[in-house]
Amino acid sequence: MVEPILRAINTGKIYPGGIEALRNANLDIAPGEFVCLIGASGCGKSTLLRMIAGFETVTSGQIVVRGRPVTGPGPDRGMVFQDYGLFPWLTIRKNIAFGPIARGKPKAEALATADRFVSMMGLDRFADSYPHQLSGGMKQRVAIGRVLANDAQVALMDEPFGALDAMTRERLQEELLTIWRATGLSVVFVTHSLEEAIYLADRVVVMSPGPGRIVAGERIMLDRPRDVSSPEFNDIRRHLASLLHADHAREAA
Amino acid sequence: MIAVVEALPPDTAPARIDITPLLRIIVPVVLLLSWWGATALHPGGLISSPQEVGTALWDLAFGGINDDAFSEMLLPDLIASAGRVYGAFLLAAALALPLGMLIGRLRIVKEMLEPTLQVLRPVPVTAWLPLSMIMFGIGPKSAFFLVALGSFYPILINTIFAVRSVEPRLFEAAQMLGVSPARLFTKVVLPASLPGMFTGLRLGLGLAWVVIVVGEMTGVQTGLGAMIMDARQLSRTEIVIAGMAIIGVAGYLSDYAVLALGRRLLAWSPQHG
Ligand SMILES: Nc1ncnc2c1ncn2[C@@H]1O[C@H](COP(=O)(O)OP(=O)(O)O)[C@@H](O)[C@H]1O
Ligand SMILES: [Mg+2]
Repeated sequence: MVEPILRAINTGKIYPGGIEALRNANLDIAPGEFVCLIGASGCGKSTLLRMIAGFETVTSGQIVVRGRPVTGPGPDRGMVFQDYGLFPWLTIRKNIAFGPIARGKPKAEALATADRFVSMMGLDRFADSYPHQLSGGMKQRVAIGRVLANDAQVALMDEPFGALDAMTRERLQEELLTIWRATGLSVVFVTHSLEEAIYLADRVVVMSPGPGRIVAGERIMLDRPRDVSSPEFNDIRRHLASLLHADHAREAA
Repeated sequence: MIAVVEALPPDTAPARIDITPLLRIIVPVVLLLSWWGATALHPGGLISSPQEVGTALWDLAFGGINDDAFSEMLLPDLIASAGRVYGAFLLAAALALPLGMLIGRLRIVKEMLEPTLQVLRPVPVTAWLPLSMIMFGIGPKSAFFLVALGSFYPILINTIFAVRSVEPRLFEAAQMLGVSPARLFTKVVLPASLPGMFTGLRLGLGLAWVVIVVGEMTGVQTGLGAMIMDARQLSRTEIVIAGMAIIGVAGYLSDYAVLALGRRLLAWSPQHG
C-alpha cells in the first residue's frame, strides 16, 4: 500500500454558531488518485474540502498532507472554485503566472511557465484578455491552469463544472481527465451529479447530512473512457443511488 | 444598396442615421431658446440676455469691447482657479486615500476615527467658511482649505467602501496560490479596490470644481469665484453668468479627461473598460 498523500483522520467541524457540519470523517487519498465526494447539499462536502485547503480550522481530529498536519492554505493544495475566483485586474497569462510570482519565481520565468499552461489549457487566443471577457468554461480552464502552473500536488475542486452548460461540462470533464493522467495529480472533486462522479473517479465517496458524515466509498473499476450508457455504468449508478437514498429514507423515518 | 442593408444583422442595420448628437443638443438648445425668449420679452430686466453674456465672454477672453477690470481676465482667473482645484484635490487625495484604506481594513483605526468623521461629514463647506477665514486668514489659503475639504469626503468614503468590499474569494485564491497574509494587502486589496478609489477621485475632483466659488468667496483677488463675486457687487450679471458657464465647461472637460484616463488604466474592469 502506497503512503497516502492526504489523510483526514476522525475529522470533525462544528462552526462557531454550533452547527455540526462534519463528524468523524476518515479519508485517505493515494498519490495520483481521483476521488469524488458526493452527497445531498448540506452534508459537509465543501466544509471537508475547505478544511483540506486550510481555509477552515478543524475542530476535532486532523488533516495530514504528506505527513504534515494542515495549519493553513498552501500552494501544495490548489483549489478550483465554482465561481472561478480569478483576479479581474490581471490578464489570463498573468492570472496563471500569479502563483509562481507569489512564490518568488523570477518574473520572466513565471511568465514562461504561464505560457506553457495557457497553451495546455487551450487559452492561447485569450492570453492577453481579462477574465470578464471570457465564458464560464474558459474561466474555469484558467482556474485549473493556475493550479497546475503552481506545482500543486493535490487539486481540490468544489463543484467546478456546476455552473456550466452540459456541452462545456462534458468537454471540461474530458480535458480534466487528460491532464490528470498526464500530470499524476491527486484530485478531490466535489459534485452532486452521480453521473459526473462515476464518469471521473477512481473512487466515489458518499456522504450524508445531519451531521455530515462519510457513509460509503466505492471503487469504480470501469475502463476509461467510460460509456455513461453502458449497463455496467448503470449498475454502479443504481448501487450508489441506493446508498444515497437509503440514507435519506433513514432520515425520513 | 438595399440588398446590402438587408444582409446586415437586425441590430446594426436600421441605424442609418446616428441620432446621438441630436439627442445631446436638444436640451441645451431648448434651454438657450427659453432663456433668449424670456429676456427678449422683458427688455431691461435683471437677467442678461444670451447675446450680452456672449459679448461678455468674448471680452473676458480677448478684451477690446469694454476694456474694464474684467477684460482679458478669463485665462488668468481660470488658471488661478484650476491651480487651486487641482492642488486642493491632490492634497485631499493624499490624505483621504491612505486614511480610507486604514479605516476600511483596520478595526482600531475604524473605531477611533469613524464616529468623528461621520459627525463632521454632514457639515457643509459653506458652514466652514467663517472658521476657515479665522484659521487660515483672508485669501488663498482659506480657499485651498475649503476646496480640499469638499473633495476629501467622497474620496474617503469611496476608498473605505472599496477596500471593505473586496470579494473574500480573492483572498482565498491568493492564499492557496502562496501569498502570505502580510502580502494580501498589496497583492489583492490594493488592485481589487482601484475602481472604487477611482470613482472616489472622480467625485472628489468634481466636487472641487463645485466648491471653488465658495472657496474664492474668502476674499482672494484672483480666480473665477473672485470674478463672480466682484461682478455681483457691480451688478454685472452678464459677467456672473459668463463665470458660471466657464466653471461648468472647465469642470466638464476636467471630468472628461479623468474618465478617459480611467478607461485606459482600468481596462480590466467591466464598469470602466
Ligand atoms: N461558514 C459557515 N458557518 C456556519 N455554518 C456553515 C458554514 N459553512 C457551512 N455551514 C453549514 O455546514 C453545513 C455543511 O455545509 P457545506 O459544507 O457547505 O455542505 P455542502 O457543500 O455539502 O452542501 C450546512 O448545514 C451549512 O449550513
Ligand atoms: Mg458545497
